[in-house]
Amino acid sequence: MTERSPTTEGTAVRQTAGTSHAGYGRGFWVKLAVMAVINAVGVMIILSAAQAQSWGILAGMAVLLVAADWVYFSRRALPLKYILPGFAFLLVYQVFVVLYTAGIAFTNYGTGHIGSQQDAADQLVAQNEQRVEGSESYPVAVVLPEGEDGGLLGEEELGFAVVVDSDVLVGTAEQPLRPAEGAEVDGDQVTSVPGYQVLDREEVLDRQTEIAELRVPFGEDEAEGALLTQDGRTAHVYEQTLVYDEEAETLTHVEDGTVYSPTEEGLFAAEDGTELAVGWRVFVGFDNFVTGIADTQTAGPFFEVLAWTFVFALASVVLTYLVGMFLAIAFQHERLRGRRIYRVLVILPYAFPGFLSALLFAGMLNERFGFINEVLLGGASIPWLTDPWLAKLSVILVNTWLGFPYMFLVCMGALQSIPKDTLEAASIDGAGALRRWWSVTLPMLMVPTAPLLIATFAFNFNNFNLVYMLTGGGPRMEGVEAPVGHTDILITMVFKISGLASGQATDYGLAAAMSLVIFLIVTVIAVISFRRTRSLEEIN
Amino acid sequence: MQRGIVAASAAAALLALSSCAGDGVALEDQSRSLTVWVDDDRQEPVTRAVEQFTADTGVEVEIVLRNYEEIRNDFISQVPTGEGPDITVGANDWLGELALNGVISPIEPGEMTEEMEPVSLEAFTYEGQIWAVPYAIENLALIRNTEMTDVTPETWDEAVEVGEELDADYPILLQMDTEGDPYNMYPMQTSFGAEVFERTEDGSYEPQMAMGGEPGAEFAEWLQTQGEAGVLDTTVTFDIAQEAFANGESPYLISGPWALPEVEHLDVAVEPIPRPGDQEAVPFVGAQGFYISSQTESPLLATELVTDYLASHEAQVSMFEAGGRTPALLSAAEVAAEDPRMDGFAQVGAEGLPMPGIPEMAIVFDYWGVAHAQIVDGRSQDPAVTWEQTVDTIQSQLDD
Repeated sequence: MTERSPTTEGTAVRQTAGTSHAGYGRGFWVKLAVMAVINAVGVMIILSAAQAQSWGILAGMAVLLVAADWVYFSRRALPLKYILPGFAFLLVYQVFVVLYTAGIAFTNYGTGHIGSQQDAADQLVAQNEQRVEGSESYPVAVVLPEGEDGGLLGEEELGFAVVVDSDVLVGTAEQPLRPAEGAEVDGDQVTSVPGYQVLDREEVLDRQTEIAELRVPFGEDEAEGALLTQDGRTAHVYEQTLVYDEEAETLTHVEDGTVYSPTEEGLFAAEDGTELAVGWRVFVGFDNFVTGIADTQTAGPFFEVLAWTFVFALASVVLTYLVGMFLAIAFQHERLRGRRIYRVLVILPYAFPGFLSALLFAGMLNERFGFINEVLLGGASIPWLTDPWLAKLSVILVNTWLGFPYMFLVCMGALQSIPKDTLEAASIDGAGALRRWWSVTLPMLMVPTAPLLIATFAFNFNNFNLVYMLTGGGPRMEGVEAPVGHTDILITMVFKISGLASGQATDYGLAAAMSLVIFLIVTVIAVISFRRTRSLEEIN
Repeated sequence: MQRGIVAASAAAALLALSSCAGDGVALEDQSRSLTVWVDDDRQEPVTRAVEQFTADTGVEVEIVLRNYEEIRNDFISQVPTGEGPDITVGANDWLGELALNGVISPIEPGEMTEEMEPVSLEAFTYEGQIWAVPYAIENLALIRNTEMTDVTPETWDEAVEVGEELDADYPILLQMDTEGDPYNMYPMQTSFGAEVFERTEDGSYEPQMAMGGEPGAEFAEWLQTQGEAGVLDTTVTFDIAQEAFANGESPYLISGPWALPEVEHLDVAVEPIPRPGDQEAVPFVGAQGFYISSQTESPLLATELVTDYLASHEAQVSMFEAGGRTPALLSAAEVAAEDPRMDGFAQVGAEGLPMPGIPEMAIVFDYWGVAHAQIVDGRSQDPAVTWEQTVDTIQSQLDD
């Protein structure tokens, strides 16, 4: 073995690499390529987060990225290699969403409270700036004062030059308009002013945000108003009615001197309680939860809707399960001919998009023109969707129609796993068909299907599409102040009272708070049910 | 092995950096491009108007096609984040909410005040300022099937009489819904003098209910009698009313210009709405226009595009041709009025009341139609009481 050829040495080296540096095989390069792509995407997200100044997303993404690199390039993290992708998606799509919703739930985010306090102040000042009535409009030239060194660094204050009563006036934000000597004029348009550079259109457009915000006072006295331009060509005289004091964070009314200070509700209010319309986002604690659940206006309907939501979800699960199971058992019967065709037919309702079917049913159940009243019932006028009880019944029945094929499929599979000899033994013992179903089939079916039933319950608890498309929550409850209907479930009620449905003043804070409540209810139910299904497993 | 990790990570990082180098993180020069949100109907004419603008100024304009229903909420939520467009089309009844959220800027109308239909500017006025450049107005009127009758009814009862004499399936069609349709019912209500809000001297709306009292009670009684007689029916929805009229099942339809494409095969005349009460039946006039975002990076260009190009005669005429609504610009409206049907709508609209743009209007809509439906369906013991309760509920919501 003293004579070693280069080839064998190479093999030896490769072997060592293969054992101690497990990563350097072909798999390693594939992994490197995949990780490179992941890192690329991650870095891109981090950069765009930095650009958008979303520091939370930036930090979260950086942590995830470092974790991913560590997990996949370290050999000590084998179990994590399997868990990390799922865990990352859980964080992004579940935990983040819930936390984000929770974050909004404690604020007053909604109509009139969209931006920051500064935004609100700017907006109020701008909205209350009125053009002086009957004032003229002036063709305006945007000018830049030339610095002492004649340089135009763009650092200086921009200004306006206009012709007023055949005098050329020039001024900046700091320097009110005053006559300029030796300026040249073409018609009404100032073309040059000594000591200033007149900007051409290109230069104006380069600095348009600045120019649109520029106000050049007409005179020393604030009451004379100021020149503003919206298009960079024509200026008008405006009067400010509100002035913002950045240090005191207050708005002052120019004419009557009323001072509006920021309140805890995220509004500017005067001492006598008058509030200005535009507000900003603030933390409001549990106010939204209180409004949603305990407010006199919504409390009555809330508990009625909560009860109906439970009834609806439970009835949907039970009915779809029973119908689906019945059909599955029936179609298992070997003497039944054309089972395949039946099976396909039965699955059809499942193949249509749910919201489409709901819309179709809404049409068919129409009191006067619907297919069911008109044709099937020979011109009856049964208010399927407009009577409170019938509407509830319709919603449940339509949902059963939509949901049973799923249960049918599930049960069909699960039935295969029930041993035939158990059933035979039962019938030898003298058990009838019903008894065999109750004591053997049902318990054995429950084992694999119970988790699906819980999932179906949770799904129906939030079955927005069906209710919204079929009845829209109607008929409306009478004598209730909130615009809530008899078939509204919690999620559609939230949609309505938070103003998302009608284009009414939206209240995202309230919507988020109520969504959290729904989330908690569903979570609690799911946890309890999963605990209980464990006892089912003992049957096996 | 440690070195291996470091080397591999470095390689991965290098690859990562090189692969995203092309994306560039440099800020684009946003001050030289504009984004406009439009819906289906407006896409083509706006694109045409914008081509001229790009040719004149060299500024690229991106036209983004949006669902009309989604624009309002998306605009409100995206503008504050800096992601929103510079300009969007919108209806005048969004005005209050957009202004309250601080997402739009007032517009200096300049010469527009003389060139535009006054009611269209009035519709876009809020807190004493004008907030959008209007391009179209729309309102209801009576559409008469001239093949079925020559009678232009003055009053509602006259119309019903004509319809019954013809033995039509529906004497007159006025769409409702199981939750009512207050927009379409409003002319009936105004003919009893029950306007929705109080108005100040300059005609702008105040969040004070004006539809209660004696006029409101009379209107409610009328709703009940019409419901009992079967002339009004909550199952007659938009689709059903349109189809029935198109099939010649009724001589009269109260609807807007959007109904015209469906009745091209009929010979129709557009006339004032017959009044059930003592006063004229006056519809709402809704206006559509272009709003400028308060957060735009290109305020001067956006203003120029909207006031000089989208308000131009050519643009307004081509928007009329695409959308079939009366242009807000008077000179363009004259072109539209060459179609006698459009002229009919314009005549009725000139007398109309602007659709309220104050944010409180949405609250009213939540309860208003439901009360109509309840009375027409005969679910109310005493219509006057039901009506008064509804008005009180809305008022208490407004005062909150």
